[in-house]
Amino acid sequence: MTAPAQQHYNYAYLDEQSKRMIRRAILKAVAIPGYQVPFASREMPLARGWGTGGMQVTAALIGPSDTLKVIDQGADDTTNAVSIRRFFSRVAHVATTEKTRAASVIQTRHRIPETPLSAGQIIVYQVPMPEPLRKLEASERETRKMHGYGEYGLMHVKLYEDIARYGHVATSYDYPVAVAERYVTAPSPIPKFDNPKMNMSPALQLFGAGREKRIYAIPPHTRVRSLDFEDHPFTVQRWSTPCALCGTTKTYLDEVVIDDRGGRMFVCSDSEYCEERREAGHAGAMLASAEAMKLVDARQPEDAP
Amino acid sequence: MYVAVKGGEAAILASYDLLAETRRGNPSVPELRLAQIREQMGTAVARVMSEGSLYDADLAALALKQAQGDAVEAIFLLRAFRTTLARFGSSEPLDTSTMRVRRRVSATYKDLPGGQVLGPTYDYTHRLFDFTLGEESAATPEARPADAPLDAVMARVPDILGQEGLLEVEQPAAGDPAPTDITRDSLSFPAGRDVRLQTLARGDEGFLLGLAYSVQRGFGHNHPFVGEIRLGEVAVEFTPEELGFPVDLGDLTLTECQMVNQFAGSKHVPPQFTRGYGLSFGHAERKAMAMSIVDRSLKARALGEEVVYPAQQEEFVLYHSDNVEAAGFVEHLKLPHYVDFQAELELIRRIRAERAAHAQGATMPEAAE
Repeated sequence: MTAPAQQHYNYAYLDEQSKRMIRRAILKAVAIPGYQVPFASREMPLARGWGTGGMQVTAALIGPSDTLKVIDQGADDTTNAVSIRRFFSRVAHVATTEKTRAASVIQTRHRIPETPLSAGQIIVYQVPMPEPLRKLEASERETRKMHGYGEYGLMHVKLYEDIARYGHVATSYDYPVAVAERYVTAPSPIPKFDNPKMNMSPALQLFGAGREKRIYAIPPHTRVRSLDFEDHPFTVQRWSTPCALCGTTKTYLDEVVIDDRGGRMFVCSDSEYCEERREAGHAGAMLASAEAMKLVDARQPEDAP
Repeated sequence: MYVAVKGGEAAILASYDLLAETRRGNPSVPELRLAQIREQMGTAVARVMSEGSLYDADLAALALKQAQGDAVEAIFLLRAFRTTLARFGSSEPLDTSTMRVRRRVSATYKDLPGGQVLGPTYDYTHRLFDFTLGEESAATPEARPADAPLDAVMARVPDILGQEGLLEVEQPAAGDPAPTDITRDSLSFPAGRDVRLQTLARGDEGFLLGLAYSVQRGFGHNHPFVGEIRLGEVAVEFTPEELGFPVDLGDLTLTECQMVNQFAGSKHVPPQFTRGYGLSFGHAERKAMAMSIVDRSLKARALGEEVVYPAQQEEFVLYHSDNVEAAGFVEHLKLPHYVDFQAELELIRRIRAERAAHAQGATMPEAAE
């Protein structure tokens, strides 16, 4: 990986000044859990809205001794995850892994791994809209004031109106949380299924919104509460079937359309977790036929170069 | 896990090859050279430099070639390169009155010191095809020089109007602080004029054009006059700390537009004209004019005008004018969203099932709320 093009760029792409600026923003974010710290977001060689915030946070943190895992929709092999992982192995010569346990830094879009994170790990979320109040109040001047005064009545009214209208809070992802009982914060568009994993997590959780130029953080062992009402407590998604490949009932499932006659298969969204279980001998109802149809590899695939 | 995505890496690499092949087009046609783009696609290069915020015609030409002429993609390439460059300081303020003018027109005066200079413009061309351009031609077009050189210094029209006190006075803030650099600080509101002008200067031409048009058509209160548009070369000077005197770094080609607008005045200010300012790299009058109209429109709050139209709302304009950001976010919808979609499916199915069960539960009265 010593193509001449790389020599024009610094280690991990960003210049050291920019990294320092981002690290300062991260430190401030950790000091004020859930508060959105404005930062001088850089253009990245990936389109704005495609994970540039997460990439800047990762670029500011990563070093040669790190092991990086990148997931999108829970899977390591979705194209954008592949693209971001390739980027860091090119510009930061960093070791990459698909194993949640083996990673020191995990950059994610839309999921938190099923394998519980441990102390010392950092999870970096890609965030499209860092402002949880934006859909209720378009103006940044106003939403900053609302956070400043801790004025979250508007959000509670919205949740209440959902319940009155639908019988449920009609937010199924990017479900707002209160961090350390102070700032209402966007968990990024993870399904609300993942929200409980944020609470008291031993890992450091960092959030980067590149286009919106905000960084925020949830330090380890911080209380994260999904907003709800006493008579309408927060609940997470449940499926009536276990994972068709590994048989677990404890994970978030993706729905895969398998024919044009309404056939569906529900499988773990976290592909690494699912593979690990299959390697350990667990089998779901459709594993054999999925292998026969080559929908899944019968054995753990070799890492692509 | 699935074949469809497991091949992600191989598919990405193959897409690079397909893109390269598509970009090259029919190989029996000679390949474009960067110098050809730089010299013969000058306004495309200018737009990429302006909105890419980097004055480098060769890189802009490379960006256009690499992007197959897609302006927004080329602007993105230039921005992603620019962001990695070290900053070594700020230039001296440009003095556009010393511009070596190639074109200068005013719509507010029939004639003025320095004269009207039509220069290279499409304005009075008839938009009829020149089919000779489709042929290989050996003849090099040549324009006849004027009988006398233009004035070395040409006063700008707002300076002339300002002498009468008819025009809004624009002064640097107290102490003449260094302007904010929007690439080093994120936007905050209310935004200063420095932030506004920088944002508009790199803003998308089409977006600003549409906003400016909306102001003219009635979604705004201003009636703009072109005080002056000028095009030409201006020297950039830089004072290195160790020297202590300015050094000429080279010339920029710039288009500057000063728009003059009616203003009825207020309790505290007698009626006067107000101004809007537009500046862009290269020859880009449409962009500079649109920028100046939007700049004036965004003065609404400061001038005590009622803010009711999109072009008067600074958060709306400044947050949405950047085409690199806008294109990125709109196009990110191409990325997989099936986890979120599954969450929505689950919710909608649950609500529908509950409603169906409710309806089957016989003749319940209508829900209380």
